[in-house]
Amino acid sequence: MWLYLLRRVLLIPPALLLISALVFAVVYLQPGNALQQYLEDPRFTEETKRLIERQYGLDQPPHIQYLMWLRGVVLGPLDFGQSIKFGRPVVSVLGEALGWTVFVALITIVFTWLIAIPLGIYTALNRYGPLSVVSNFVGYIGLAVPDFLVVLLLVAWVLSTGGTNVGGLFSPQFIDAPWGWAKFVNLMSHLWIPVVAIGLEGVAGLMRQMRSSMLDVLNQDYIRTARSKGLAARVVVYKHAVRNAINPMISLAGLQLPQLISSSIVVSIILNLPTIGPLLFDALIGKDQFLSMAVLMIAAFLLMVGNLLADMALAWADPRIRYD
Amino acid sequence: MTSGPVKTLSPLQLAWRRYRRSRVGVFSGYVLLVLYLVALFAGFLAPYSSVTQNSLNPYQPPQRVHWFRDGRLQRPFVYVMKQERDPVTFVRRFAEDTSQPQPVRFFVRGDSYGFLGLIPSNIHLFGVEGGSIYLFGTDKLGRCLFSRILIGAQVSLTVGIVAVIISFFLGILIGGISGYYGGRTDALIQRLIEILLSIPTLPILLALAIIIPPEWPAAWVFLGIVVVISLIRWASIARVVRGQVLSLRELDYVQAARALGATDLSVIFRHLLPNLTSFLIVTATLTIPSYIILETTLSFLGLGIKEPLSSWGYLLRDVREEGFGVLSLYPWLLIPGIFITVTVLAFNFFGDALRDAADVRS
Repeated sequence: MWLYLLRRVLLIPPALLLISALVFAVVYLQPGNALQQYLEDPRFTEETKRLIERQYGLDQPPHIQYLMWLRGVVLGPLDFGQSIKFGRPVVSVLGEALGWTVFVALITIVFTWLIAIPLGIYTALNRYGPLSVVSNFVGYIGLAVPDFLVVLLLVAWVLSTGGTNVGGLFSPQFIDAPWGWAKFVNLMSHLWIPVVAIGLEGVAGLMRQMRSSMLDVLNQDYIRTARSKGLAARVVVYKHAVRNAINPMISLAGLQLPQLISSSIVVSIILNLPTIGPLLFDALIGKDQFLSMAVLMIAAFLLMVGNLLADMALAWADPRIRYD
Repeated sequence: MTSGPVKTLSPLQLAWRRYRRSRVGVFSGYVLLVLYLVALFAGFLAPYSSVTQNSLNPYQPPQRVHWFRDGRLQRPFVYVMKQERDPVTFVRRFAEDTSQPQPVRFFVRGDSYGFLGLIPSNIHLFGVEGGSIYLFGTDKLGRCLFSRILIGAQVSLTVGIVAVIISFFLGILIGGISGYYGGRTDALIQRLIEILLSIPTLPILLALAIIIPPEWPAAWVFLGIVVVISLIRWASIARVVRGQVLSLRELDYVQAARALGATDLSVIFRHLLPNLTSFLIVTATLTIPSYIILETTLSFLGLGIKEPLSSWGYLLRDVREEGFGVLSLYPWLLIPGIFITVTVLAFNFFGDALRDAADVRS
C-alpha cells in the first residue's frame, strides 16, 4: 500500500511537467496579448509596451519563455509569475480562490453522497415504487441537462418566488462582516444553487451505480445465507449488502472528479462565485497568461490529488484490494 | 424433416430485432429523426430568417394560435399584439388586440433562404401577411425565437456528429497504431494518453476555444469549435481501440493478411476495425450528446459560435448577457434549453437501446 502510494506520488511530477508544456503551448498560441488593450491609451506608447514585455520576458522566443516560467514554478517555489490584470503575483491572487474552490467541491461531494446513496439503496429495494420511478426519471434528466441550464432554471425559480440570494456567496452586507450565525445562514442560502447544479450529474450517476451495485450484491449467495439464518432484514441490508455495494462507489467518485471540476468552473462563472472558475475565464478573455496557466495547472493538480485520495479511500474501505 | 433452406438471420438483423423491442429506444430514434429533418428544412419551416429584426417588438411574449372566434371554429389565426406601458412602473406590456385577427397562411413568401442550403427560395411553410407570428416570442432585438431555434438546430445537431467523426478518426488511428505495433510505441502512447486523460476537460477546452481568432468568419469559427471539441475525447477511444486491437492482432486471419503483404494501415482499417464496428457505433452515439453539451456550454459562455450562425447555447447566452432579471421577466428565452434537453435525452436513450441491441448476450 505505502509502496504503491509512493509510486503514485512519484508519477505526479513528470505528468505535471508534460501537462505544463501542453498548457504553455495552448496559452502561448492564443492570439493577442494583455498589453494590447492599453495601447488605446495615448499615454501608453509602444516604448512602454516593449519595456513591460521585456520585464515579463514576453520578448523572448517561446521555449525560453517556457523555461523561465518553469524555473519560477519549480525553484520559486510556486512562483507562477505576475498577473498582468491584478498587478500582483499570481499566487496571491489564487490563494483565497483555491480555498473556496476546494470548499465548494467538498460540500458538493458530501451533498451528492448524502442524496445518491440512500436513493440508490431505496430504488434497489423498491424497484417499482413511486419514489423509484420519480428518482430514475430525475436521474435521466439530470444527466441530460447541461449544468448552466440547471443554474438558470434554479435562478429563475428563486427570482420568481421573490428571492434575491442568487450570484456570489454572500449578500453585499455580509461580505466583510465577521463570521457569525447570520453570515453562515446567508452563505448557505447562496450556496445551495451551485451545489445542486454541480452535484446533479453526480447524484444521477452515483444513484444509478449504487442501485445496480445493490442489485448485484442482493443476488449473491451470502445474502441468501444471511437471510436464511434468520437475520433481521435491516441487518441483512445495511450490514451485509450496503457495506459491499458501496465499494464500487468510491472508485466511481474518483472517476467523477473531472466532471466535478468542470461543472464547478462553469457554474462559478455564471454565478460569479469567488472560485478559480471566474478567475480562469477572465484571465483567458483578458489574455492574462500567467494567471491562465496557473489555474490550468492547479485544475490538473487538484484532479490528480483527488484521484489519489479516491484510490486510497478505496483501499481503506475494501480490505480485499491490494495495490502491491 | 424440414424442407428447403433454413432461414437464418444475420447478426445485423438480430440486432435490429433486439433494438425494435426497446420501446423507449425506438421512440427516441424517431424523435432524433424528426429533429434532424427539422434542422434540414429549417429555412422552410421557420416563418422568418434567424437575423430578421423587428425593432418595434423586443421581448414580445409568445403569440398563441387561436382556432375559435366568437365561439366558431375557424382556420387558425393569431391576434396582432399591441403594446402599452404600465402607468405606474413603465414596464412595457403586450396584449392581444382581439379586434385584429390575422389568419395563418401556408406557403407564404417571406425572407429568402437557401432550400437545403442550395436552392434559393423565399417560400415558408406558414406565416401571416401583415402583423407577425412569433410562436416562441422574440429576443431583445425582436428576432423570432422560434425561427432562431429551428435554424440554430443546424449548428447544435451537426456539431456533435462532425466532432465525433474527427475524434473517432484520431482515436482509432492512434489506438490502432498503439495496439498493433505494441512494444515501446505502445508504452509511450499509453503514458501520453494517461496524462491527457488526467487533464480536466472544461478548463483546457476554454483555453483551446480562445485560440480561435475572433476575426475569423462564422463558418471557420464553427469548424474551429468542432475541432477543439473533438480533441477532448479521442484519448479514451484510443484506449479502448488499442485494447481490442491488441487482442485481435494475433488471430490467424490477421497473420494471413500480413503474410499476403497487406500494409499495416490496411490491416488496421480493413481487417481489424470491422470487428469493432458495433462497439464504435454505440460509443459514438453515446458520445454525441456530451459533445452537444460541450458546444452549448462554450456558446453560452460566449466562446463558441458567432453571428450570423446561432446554436441553442448561443440563444441562451442572451440570458447571461442581460442579467438574471430577464429570467423572470421573459421566461420564454429559456425555451432553447428544452430542445437541448430533449435532444440529449433522446441520444442517451437511443444509445442505450443500441448498446443493448449490439450486446449478443442479452
